[in-house]
Amino acid sequence: MTKLRQTPSQTVGPYFAYGLSPEQYGYQQNLTSIAGSQMAEGDVEGERIRVEGRVFDGAGNPISDALIEVWQADSLGRYAHPADPRGSNNTFKGFGRCGTGTDPRNRFWFDTIKPGQVAPGQAPHLNVIVTMRGMLLHAFTRIYFSDETANATDKVLAAVPAERRGTLIATHQGGNVYRFDIHMQGDDETVFFDA
Amino acid sequence: MTELFNPRDWSGQPGYIAPDYKSTPLRGPTKPLIPLPQTLSELTGPVYGQESVTGQDADLTRNGRRNGEPLGERIIVAGRVLDEDGRPVPNTLLEIWQANAAGRYIHQTDQHDAPIDPNFFGGGRCVTNADGAYRFMSVKPGAYPWPNHHNAWRPNHIHFSLFGPSFVTRLVTQMYFPGDPLLALDPIFLATPAETRDLLIAQFSLDLTEPNYALGYAFDIVLRGRTATPMEA
Ligand SMILES: [Fe+3]
Repeated sequence: MTKLRQTPSQTVGPYFAYGLSPEQYGYQQNLTSIAGSQMAEGDVEGERIRVEGRVFDGAGNPISDALIEVWQADSLGRYAHPADPRGSNNTFKGFGRCGTGTDPRNRFWFDTIKPGQVAPGQAPHLNVIVTMRGMLLHAFTRIYFSDETANATDKVLAAVPAERRGTLIATHQGGNVYRFDIHMQGDDETVFFDA
Repeated sequence: MTELFNPRDWSGQPGYIAPDYKSTPLRGPTKPLIPLPQTLSELTGPVYGQESVTGQDADLTRNGRRNGEPLGERIIVAGRVLDEDGRPVPNTLLEIWQANAAGRYIHQTDQHDAPIDPNFFGGGRCVTNADGAYRFMSVKPGAYPWPNHHNAWRPNHIHFSLFGPSFVTRLVTQMYFPGDPLLALDPIFLATPAETRDLLIAQFSLDLTEPNYALGYAFDIVLRGRTATPMEA
């Protein structure tokens, strides 16, 4: 049987906010958001963290119309999805979404919990989709944490050239804040994956 | 044996850098992508089903009403979400957004000097049924100018965002209308390889058209399919 071809991607454009993150951008009277920056509600188990950062273009300027999406496991490393046979008794959904257009410094931020190890040997990480006006196709990356010893045994990190590995690691800022900047281009270009 | 997702069909996708679309040269990644084996992190993804949609979310002619009906040509946009083997993708969320009939977005940063319609918001969502079918009501979006080059106008379009069954099946795209003369001039549409451009254009459908009410457009969407290959731990 002949296969159907995948529908091509097109840019999310500058006006994604009111379709994808209406509450963040002040359109909550028209449409609720399915997800936002606040990922962990009251009784979710796990260590509370904030992950924040900016997205820079090839000229080093912060981008004000990018959309960052994260997908993560709960504090025990379980995904709230039927393909994870362990299931999750948490109310934690694991998905967050934040545009860079509402913070005066164009930061994105996620208030979430630190994910657990999904499998032995793997280091805790967030799975990330980066998209924006000016990208015709979204890019995948990952956020690891600077204070995790399991980074040393993680196969995905190991497959990244050592000199670029640092672009995938959020740095602990003290308190519960981790910083993760995304560089679309340049010497510090973030590692993007073909997933 | 775990079923993995087929790779992105790179030959049918626009590239990251398309010089005629002038925002891409400073924003698209330039270094080669690093292959990522599909682990549980890639085989799972956000689950948003029927519970994430309420009342009139799929009817853009109603979800922004204040004191009357939105202006413009009423349309029905419907189709199926399928994988590459033609299997339906059920229970998956579609989110859409579009300009009003005059080509104006409600968004604060849209400075186009065209009227805002007090009765049209322009955002909506719905979930596919067991056959992968979806259906939106809306008004036909107008064309609008953008600053890419002199006298640049975006063709009429509706933005679509889909999750599909996993993180790697995510798709953000745009649906265009048949016969639009602006398609031949649009650097975003033209950045798509010629052989897959038609997949972005809806077809007029008399079957979907409702007599005395709204014109119908059919738009099917194809997400990455699956292949039986061992999963890497
Ligand atoms: Fe648009």
